[in-house]
Amino acid sequence: MSLAYALLIGVLFATGSFLLMNRSLTRIILGVAMIGNGINVLIVTVSSRPGGAPIVGETDTTDSVPQALVLTAIVIGFALIAFMLALAWRNWTIDGNDIVEDDVEDRRVARRKDES
Amino acid sequence: MLGEPGSLVGIGSPMTAVVLAHFLVGLTILAVGVRVSRLAVSSGVVVLLTAFIAMVALARRDEEIHETWTWIGDLGLTIDLRLDGFAVVMGLVVSGLGALILAYAAAYFDHDRTFNRFAGVFVLFAGAMTGLVLSADLFTMFVFWEMTSLFSFLLIGLDDRSEKARKSALRALLTTGMGGLALLGAVALFQVEAGTTSFAALAESPPAGAVVNAALVLVLLAAFTKSAQFPFHFWLPGAMAAPTPVSAYLHSATMVKAGIVLVARMAPIFGDREFWRWSIVVCGGLTMMIGGLRALKQNDIKLLLAFGTVSQLGFMMILFGLGTPSLTYAGVAHLVAHAIFKAGLFLGVGVVDHTFGSRDITVLSGVGRKMKWLAALAVANALSMAGVIPLLGFATKEKALVGLIDSDHYVGGLGNIALVVVVLGSVVTVMYTLRFISGTFGRRSDAVDSDVRHRPGWLLVGPVVLLAGLSIIGGLVPGVLGDLVRGPAKSLDAAAKGHLVLWPGVNAAFLTSLGILAGGAALWRATRRLEWNRTIPIDGERAYDVVYESVLSISRRVTAVSQTGSLVVYLVATMTVVLAALVVAIFWAGDLTVDGLVIADSWQQALIVIGVCAASIALVIVRHRFVSAAMLGVVGFGVAVLFALHGAPDLALTQLLVETLTLVVFLLVLRQMPRRFDPSPSWVPRVFRLVVSLAVGAAMTLFALQVFDARTGTSVGEEYAVLSEPEAGGRNIVNVILVDFRGFDTLGEITVLAIAAIGVMNLVRMAQRQRRIEAASADEVVA
Repeated sequence: MSLAYALLIGVLFATGSFLLMNRSLTRIILGVAMIGNGINVLIVTVSSRPGGAPIVGETDTTDSVPQALVLTAIVIGFALIAFMLALAWRNWTIDGNDIVEDDVEDRRVARRKDES
Repeated sequence: MLGEPGSLVGIGSPMTAVVLAHFLVGLTILAVGVRVSRLAVSSGVVVLLTAFIAMVALARRDEEIHETWTWIGDLGLTIDLRLDGFAVVMGLVVSGLGALILAYAAAYFDHDRTFNRFAGVFVLFAGAMTGLVLSADLFTMFVFWEMTSLFSFLLIGLDDRSEKARKSALRALLTTGMGGLALLGAVALFQVEAGTTSFAALAESPPAGAVVNAALVLVLLAAFTKSAQFPFHFWLPGAMAAPTPVSAYLHSATMVKAGIVLVARMAPIFGDREFWRWSIVVCGGLTMMIGGLRALKQNDIKLLLAFGTVSQLGFMMILFGLGTPSLTYAGVAHLVAHAIFKAGLFLGVGVVDHTFGSRDITVLSGVGRKMKWLAALAVANALSMAGVIPLLGFATKEKALVGLIDSDHYVGGLGNIALVVVVLGSVVTVMYTLRFISGTFGRRSDAVDSDVRHRPGWLLVGPVVLLAGLSIIGGLVPGVLGDLVRGPAKSLDAAAKGHLVLWPGVNAAFLTSLGILAGGAALWRATRRLEWNRTIPIDGERAYDVVYESVLSISRRVTAVSQTGSLVVYLVATMTVVLAALVVAIFWAGDLTVDGLVIADSWQQALIVIGVCAASIALVIVRHRFVSAAMLGVVGFGVAVLFALHGAPDLALTQLLVETLTLVVFLLVLRQMPRRFDPSPSWVPRVFRLVVSLAVGAAMTLFALQVFDARTGTSVGEEYAVLSEPEAGGRNIVNVILVDFRGFDTLGEITVLAIAAIGVMNLVRMAQRQRRIEAASADEVVA
């Protein structure tokens, strides 16, 4: 493991989490994308040291299974981001902004503590 | 299937068939509906009678029958039924009384909307209870045990428009349900420790040790909740919200005996432990006393009987729990006697209620004069409860006293304590019996005689006659029952012995009996005019209510605090938990050294990492939408190059492609939105968000360092590498995994993409339509 990878993973998760805790839906989506990158890098880099591509005949190859998993994850991640962006856009056409509001229903449930 | 083919009408596994028949008929009654209630009752009675006859027929074959159905073989889970003597006795009580009470119910109920549900659930309950008494292992018993709790809940809450009934039903369910969980725990512990939960196998080689003792505590907890033992006795009187036939059947004769059955099965195996005997005598004794004393305070005769039942359950718990040979015998005999007289009493109360429209001692007057025969029969059952010669209850209680007097060389001084408790409890029993008799059938000087509102039909009176007859005849010739229960008692404990007699001769037990009767009668006379205002300080019901209410109010408070409606708060909470779990896991591993740690694998790698980190930080800082998206692109392309450097060309290609697409989509959407992010106020201070994010980043860095090279086995990838060319004809292993070895996963992935695409398309079209409408209306305004 190189320290560079470990730091990169840390930075991707830190920036991703920070963006996630935001009111703007666009920045939340950016946060999701960053964390997605972080997870992909984590899975690929911790599974084996750098080496040859996992192709029959190569020597000192990297592990193929995590790569297959991450390949799927990249594609699914794209689908997720596309869908969330569409939601953000729809929100913008309705409200004129992309702000995530507080859940009114949750507030109502929270206030129920006095009732029995 | 290990069972011998039964001779009974050629059915291979008669016990299973009997149990299933109950379920079938019960469900059919529930499904068919209201209009055929007479048919429902008849079919139910037929099933119960069939069960009764089948039980007799099987018992006559004079051998134990086994039926085993494997459920989950790997876990050793089987449904295991066994017909031994004790199962026969209990089974006969369940089906015999069941048929009688169901027939009685047909006359007792108005045939309204609840009647059909009553009949259906009643038959279902009878099936579950039959299964319970036939259970050959603890696991099977647990399954039926939970069923009976559930059906009891449905029957207590039969009048679902009454809040009291619903509350009582829930209370009973929660209390017995807790016991059910304890039983499940015991099942698991026995399975782990002894490798079996079968009663026979446990008896053959009884396991020992701390785990077994823990399991036994759970067993006792289950038995005490189910059989309404102190301190869980409170649910049973509440369960009297159910109609009288339900009370007579479930809550006096059958279900509440389930705990006793459990203790009866376990006591011969594990009953020699001190803590077992002490808990039984202490809890059983307290139950017997508290139940009896509270019965003395009741004006509702049904509640009086309910508390009397609590008291009697404590008594039987002591008999079976101590488990000496003669007490086991007395226990089985008294179990039968109690089922007969208590069911008879409840049904008698039902007749009084039906006829005079009241169950209140302070209202009823002159009932005995108006219904001489009924009064005589009910009094016979009541006197059997008090243990008056020559009734059945006398013979069985006498046997119990003999057993207790002789018990000291089995259980030492504890036997004497138990004897004193039982004698005191019996005195109270005599007192509340007298209160019951005089209150229900006596005349009150200060009240007019109650009016007969409905004449009871033969179907109402018949069962009372039959049960009272059994109490009387059984008392006159107790040897019949005495011989019948000897086999069953021996099936619990081979050493069990005894016989029932009408006239035991003047011995210590007989004199004790006389003393109990005289003392009880004298005390009753002395105290009958007293108002019993003093409440007993130990009140399980209130304790239950306090616990129940505080659970609800705590959960409401937690909800109010945690459910803020703010996404950020939820996220912070989630991240904090993940963080804590990660940190704990990292430091749990202990070894924080990292093997083969290098600064970077190559200078290119170092360079790219620096670039990606810089872009990430820039992404957070900038407030310009396009720049943010561009920075995300930089990060994505950087990661792609890193993949390529690492030796993952397929990933690099995919990442490049997807990152380009992502950028395009971002630009398409952001094109329409304002160029800059609003400096929108957040729920959580910026500093706090920063701290949480940095902590998450740091934890992930530590985590990455720790999990690297944590692999202990070989990767599946090596197997794929070998198979790739011969099996799939491909050399690129990642590709072969995706399209061949794990082809279905890829199909799933494509499906997700398709669904996301449909979602995106619809969102976009909705937005477009809205715009068209807005544009059109704007035109109109202009026009």
